[in-house]
Amino acid sequence: MISEEQAAELIDIAVKHGVRKKADGIEAIVTASNVSTSRFANNGMTQNQSPEQISISVRVQKDGKQARLSTDRISAAGIRELVGNAITSASFLEKDEDMLPLPKPEKKTQQKSVNRYDTRTANFTAEQRAKAIKTIVNVAEKRGLIAAGIFATGSEVEAIGNSEGLFRYHRETHAEVSITMKRIDPDTRTDSTGWAKQNSPRVSDLDVPALAARSAEKALASANPQDIQPGKYTVILEPSAVLDLLCFMDFDFTGTSFVDKLSCFLHKQGKKMLGKNITISDDVYHPLQAGAPFDGEGLQRQMVELVSNGKIDNLVYGRRSAARLKAKPTGHGLAEPSAEGEWPHNVVVSGGKDSVEQMIKSTKRGILLSRVWYVREVDPTTKIVTGMTRDGTFLVEDGAIKTGIKNLRFNQSLIEMLNHVVALSPAERTAGEEGEPAVVPAMKVENFNFSSTTAF
Amino acid sequence: MEDLALYAIDVATSAGATYADARAIEQQYQDLGTKDQTVSTLDLGSTEGIGIRVLVDGGWGFASTQTLTKKAIAAAARRAVEVGRASASVLSHPIQLAPEPAFNAVWMSPHTMDPFAVSLETKISLLLRVNEIIRSVKGTTLAQSHMTFIKEKKHFVSSEGTRIVQTFIRSSCGMEAFATNENDRQKRSYPNSFGGQNELAGWEMVLKWNLPAHAQRIGEEAVALLTAPACPVDITNVILGGSQLGLQIHESMGHPSELDRALGEELNFAGASFLTPDKLNRLWYGSSIVNLVADATAPGALGSFGFDDEGVQAQRVYLVKNGLFTGYLSSRETAPLIGLPRSGGMMRAESWNCQPIIRMTNISLQPGNAGSLEDLIADTDYGILMDTNKSWSIDQLRFNFQFSTEAGWEIKNGKLGRLLKNCSYGGITPFFWNSCDAICGPEDYVEWGVPNCGKGQPCQMMWTGHGASPARFCNVQTGIAHAV
Repeated sequence: MISEEQAAELIDIAVKHGVRKKADGIEAIVTASNVSTSRFANNGMTQNQSPEQISISVRVQKDGKQARLSTDRISAAGIRELVGNAITSASFLEKDEDMLPLPKPEKKTQQKSVNRYDTRTANFTAEQRAKAIKTIVNVAEKRGLIAAGIFATGSEVEAIGNSEGLFRYHRETHAEVSITMKRIDPDTRTDSTGWAKQNSPRVSDLDVPALAARSAEKALASANPQDIQPGKYTVILEPSAVLDLLCFMDFDFTGTSFVDKLSCFLHKQGKKMLGKNITISDDVYHPLQAGAPFDGEGLQRQMVELVSNGKIDNLVYGRRSAARLKAKPTGHGLAEPSAEGEWPHNVVVSGGKDSVEQMIKSTKRGILLSRVWYVREVDPTTKIVTGMTRDGTFLVEDGAIKTGIKNLRFNQSLIEMLNHVVALSPAERTAGEEGEPAVVPAMKVENFNFSSTTAF
Repeated sequence: MEDLALYAIDVATSAGATYADARAIEQQYQDLGTKDQTVSTLDLGSTEGIGIRVLVDGGWGFASTQTLTKKAIAAAARRAVEVGRASASVLSHPIQLAPEPAFNAVWMSPHTMDPFAVSLETKISLLLRVNEIIRSVKGTTLAQSHMTFIKEKKHFVSSEGTRIVQTFIRSSCGMEAFATNENDRQKRSYPNSFGGQNELAGWEMVLKWNLPAHAQRIGEEAVALLTAPACPVDITNVILGGSQLGLQIHESMGHPSELDRALGEELNFAGASFLTPDKLNRLWYGSSIVNLVADATAPGALGSFGFDDEGVQAQRVYLVKNGLFTGYLSSRETAPLIGLPRSGGMMRAESWNCQPIIRMTNISLQPGNAGSLEDLIADTDYGILMDTNKSWSIDQLRFNFQFSTEAGWEIKNGKLGRLLKNCSYGGITPFFWNSCDAICGPEDYVEWGVPNCGKGQPCQMMWTGHGASPARFCNVQTGIAHAV
């Protein structure tokens, strides 16, 4: 994986060439990845990929215009050609009236770093992943199940530098396991499935046997799922379900969504919109988070309280939206120019004290959702989203799981949902399939709206 | 590049691969976007590299490199073999490939104007002009417009003797008008939502879709939607416009027909399929007028090519014939598993650094005999015309779906009536397609392009095509998405 010195060298070639060609400002971003992914299905390996890629992207500013060009030709000649083409491209563009000069480096005392690199994870081999997958397949075969999933390990690098002297480098390792187990009932031929996923910078955090057991238990417990009528139910959302719903609000907390008059919280900042038990922040420094501590322009990320006890508190800003809204940038900018502007990549939802088991015990009649699937926004103003339940949906009655049920479609306002949360578990690092991994709790929610069912 | 790809094959087979192929790709792209009078996206780039896929002891291995030296390529080829050997240690069955002739061919996608020969100045000023027209409509609050151009040269070689060079030019253009007030956010797009229309074509497609001629209309419609009545909760006739029908085909016919899904290989993420092999040639997927083809040979359609990423020649095959489910999207690995003699040629990878998987080509509903859209509306006593996708969702076996569209119009006594906002409809796939009672003719047939079909782990994006004329469906549930 590319070292700090090697990344600095590539950036230096770009910056020096831009200065020589009389650009008013030049910025270079180096990204690299060598994450390998072993895939399995039907209790055997189906794909095994070991890709590698290093790219450089340069932004030049000249005469009030800017252009971004990218390549993975990282030879000195390739980088110089890229810079020359960027300067030529900028000359064809209109002036960007809102363009800001490149940022200067922040004081060293303001530059916090995070250590998310683990040598064992970086060096994890295909054989080690295969061994872990054998463990998963053995669990499946012993219990008469069919397993599918992935095991991925590797490293990633982000580095940024500019002609104002700014330079930041971050390397991080990545480990992820995700498992689905399927049971086919021998009498009815009906399928039931269970799923579990974990993601961390450290492979030692992945508890493969526990994840295999959890997905197997869910597949077995949801055997022969029963019919259920759609309607409003009390639901217990496991953390993955919470993550894959709440990520559809990420954009609404950006300064650019206010500039563009698209946020569901437009004109609502400072007002209580959600339940008092809802507090959400963006915090890259949280010990369960991952990611670089600087943004797409190299600014230090700040911890931002987005929602405090139900009140819409702060937004995240890049430099451009901050200037438009007379706010201070928070270090969440995406690489300029950008349509989205900025993004809260490190969401932390404050948790409570109830476990999922306690939530089940306190429920007279409700539904336990292991995960949600294919969630999409239906209404940007009321924040209605639709989606399906998947891989372990259960009817809860009189404080216990009664049976697996067929999957349901929901149409639910997230704003209403976050006003009907009656219990929260402690927050944990969670991976889903819709949003970036985040630190979120399980939630018990009343009046959750299911509008139809499906056939399985 | 071809010499380097051949060298990769030699190293891989010497290291123990029983089969090897290599794709060497050079790609150039332009991604342009504007918001009002500002350039909001401008990414011009290039990427190149080699991906090497091997079979070792019946297991797949894949590795890639962007360093185009013999030393780096040899290292990547050996890494692919090493990874393949690890796969072989956890196999449910050794992989066998369906036979395929060795080809020696050159193919280029059709285009008349190279989009990379058109200046950035021309492109950006066209986008800014349409934004200006949209924002001249009182009540609009934001205008956005986009263009994307990709030129890709791909060499494919295999240890079976195939040598193919293909050149692709893909183009897209689109725009959106937004209108916001205290209680509502509405949007209209043209020619399609989520980036616009995408074709395997050059700059001529941008001229053909003529964004400036439609900018004012979409601005006016976005503003009108703010005060329009809402789509009723009802069970009624629904006519789907072509672009919405294209996505309906993609989600509820294309994905379930993928044989890797049907065999459980995508169970963990994208999902499986209700179209299990026991349903082949038995399930009545749609009404007797429903005919669906997977056609990788359609000129200008986004999912066309000369050869797929296993070197299998492009084909046109029926998936549904006169309503009966008759075929799958398959690969050299999956075809033999259900007794097919040959792959359907549907394997593609997003980039040189991804392993190919089964992807839709152009999954297209054949035109019917209902005439033009105007003819079909005139033939409809009551119902709703819905057009331009706003949101889409479907379960992992592809049964229960729900779509929302940007706009709808009441139909009463054969005439279009009021504009409706917040339109949505939903259903269960085979019931829905069996309720199709009219399909417009070739005069309204368009090859719609979907540039961002996500599948695989890690998730790969793919460009797929969906030819469709507007069609009518009976007894459809509408309006339920907002009935919360």
